[in-house]
Amino acid sequence: MKIAVLVKQVPDTATRIQLASDGSGINTAGIKWVLNPYDEFAIEEALKLRDQHSGEVVLVSFGPARVEEAIRQGLAMGADRAIWVSDDGVADVDYLGRAQILVAALSQEADWDLVLVGKQAVDDDAAQTGPLVAALLDWPQAMVVLGLTVDAAGRRITATRELEGATETVELTLPAVLGAQRGLNVPRYPTLPNIMKAKRKEVRHTSAADLGLDGAQLTADRRVVVEGYQLPPPRPEPKVLTGDPAEAAATLVKLLHNEAQIL
Amino acid sequence: MSGILVVLEQWEGRVRRVGLEACATAVRLGHGPVSAVAFGAGAEAVAEAVGGLGVEELLVLPDTPFDRYSSDAFAEAVAEIVRQGEPSLVLFGATAFGKDLAPRVSGLLKAGLASDVTGIDPDGDDVAITRPVYAGKALQRVRIVGTPKLVSLRPNVQPVGAGGGPVARVSRPAVEVGAPRAVVTGTERNDETVELTEASRIVSGGRGMKASENFRLLDELAAVLGAAVGSSRPVADEGWVPHSYHVGQTGKVVSPDLYVAVGISGAIQHVAGISNSKCIVAINNDPDAPIFKVANYGVVGDLFQVVPALTAALKAHLDAS
Repeated sequence: MKIAVLVKQVPDTATRIQLASDGSGINTAGIKWVLNPYDEFAIEEALKLRDQHSGEVVLVSFGPARVEEAIRQGLAMGADRAIWVSDDGVADVDYLGRAQILVAALSQEADWDLVLVGKQAVDDDAAQTGPLVAALLDWPQAMVVLGLTVDAAGRRITATRELEGATETVELTLPAVLGAQRGLNVPRYPTLPNIMKAKRKEVRHTSAADLGLDGAQLTADRRVVVEGYQLPPPRPEPKVLTGDPAEAAATLVKLLHNEAQIL
Repeated sequence: MSGILVVLEQWEGRVRRVGLEACATAVRLGHGPVSAVAFGAGAEAVAEAVGGLGVEELLVLPDTPFDRYSSDAFAEAVAEIVRQGEPSLVLFGATAFGKDLAPRVSGLLKAGLASDVTGIDPDGDDVAITRPVYAGKALQRVRIVGTPKLVSLRPNVQPVGAGGGPVARVSRPAVEVGAPRAVVTGTERNDETVELTEASRIVSGGRGMKASENFRLLDELAAVLGAAVGSSRPVADEGWVPHSYHVGQTGKVVSPDLYVAVGISGAIQHVAGISNSKCIVAINNDPDAPIFKVANYGVVGDLFQVVPALTAALKAHLDAS
């Protein structure tokens, strides 16, 4: 199987988000950038499928030069090679623009069987890239995947999806796009020898212009424009109860009933 | 059609609540008549539920291939209905269904989608949109350029008013779609538990619960409250509870009326995931636990005493009222 995994570099989830002084974005100073946690599940699943069905795992990432660190982490997990599309001149494209760029990068090569993505990236939390890429490629898709099996011929996939209060089984023909959810697998840690090996693996650098895309046009064609950011309103000062548990519990119930009015 | 189209998720005539929230939001926006579309067996049966909210027309696609969800066929059908009816705005629920479907429709129509939106208000002919990013650590204001504008709404945020009466019209749109290539072949529903993202009350446990079997205390409290049970991430990673319990930045982001955090210290990822809760109660033996900084009410004490006491006090309160 020839599998592409679309990966994104995001601020570590422990990051305390602060805004740029003009509210146009977040303050990126001092942020620790990591591989999107859900992408780790996607990479792990791709590696398992490669081990079962042979083939190769190719990481594809879009972003500034710093994303190479995330790419190297994925390569150290065991991916074979990577394509990095720099965001020069296209840093402000919207979800559709990003998907078009990723699809253009995929279209440089033939014979893909599967594209895996994380079910969402924990920065903009949009959860759009997987279905957008699937729509643009005209491939079937399933997001929030908790389990999957590929048939012996490598032509069909059975995936389990997590719904609200339910799980769903989906049959897909390949090629397809799948979005990985936590619980799909346990991502492996890169070993030291694999980290060393990853440094020599191929990371092909390309750009929107190399891919035949007009960056200025992509930016002008944006359908979703971010106007600004704000922090959530501060929460009120807490009322803290101490002392005898039974008394504290009775007081809490009164407060929830009379003051918060939610009982 | 013009106006606003709401894409509903229904099964056996039951509409997911966020669909009702979307209908009420569409009416509130006041941008023309509101239509809704429902797929699969039982689609007509939702007419009463949505009509009472002010939906004028219900489009139904009850038959094959729409009797089973397929992202490709459903997206083609929604895209075709939008091309025919030219609504200015299309609303989805940001559930597993809506999150799968809406971006695919966006790709087919090359129309802008704002996903998991918590704030939407009329702004002249346009809409002003706010959506949480970084799991709620910040809010993003976005504008969608051109029409149609696609929006998926986070469940449990928009109010639903009361009402009555069926929709004015139920019709079957003529849409042709290709053979589905991603087809649902089975669904296992767990109707006994309340889904966290839709729950109005949640009781969550963290490391302070000490062991899997102690979640029984939370189950008892949840039963009295009619609440769903959740957890912090370490507890799900330890396997004390299923992964589906995990509330936080890389788990479920929730917006209940009441969130009770028991034995949860309040890691930044967890706090982000609950920040949209209307009222947070923290129970912890450490008065310096960060969870108290975001709580409306806190009880400092041994949870193994406080939780049973709270369950008993709630029972007494409910019996008396």
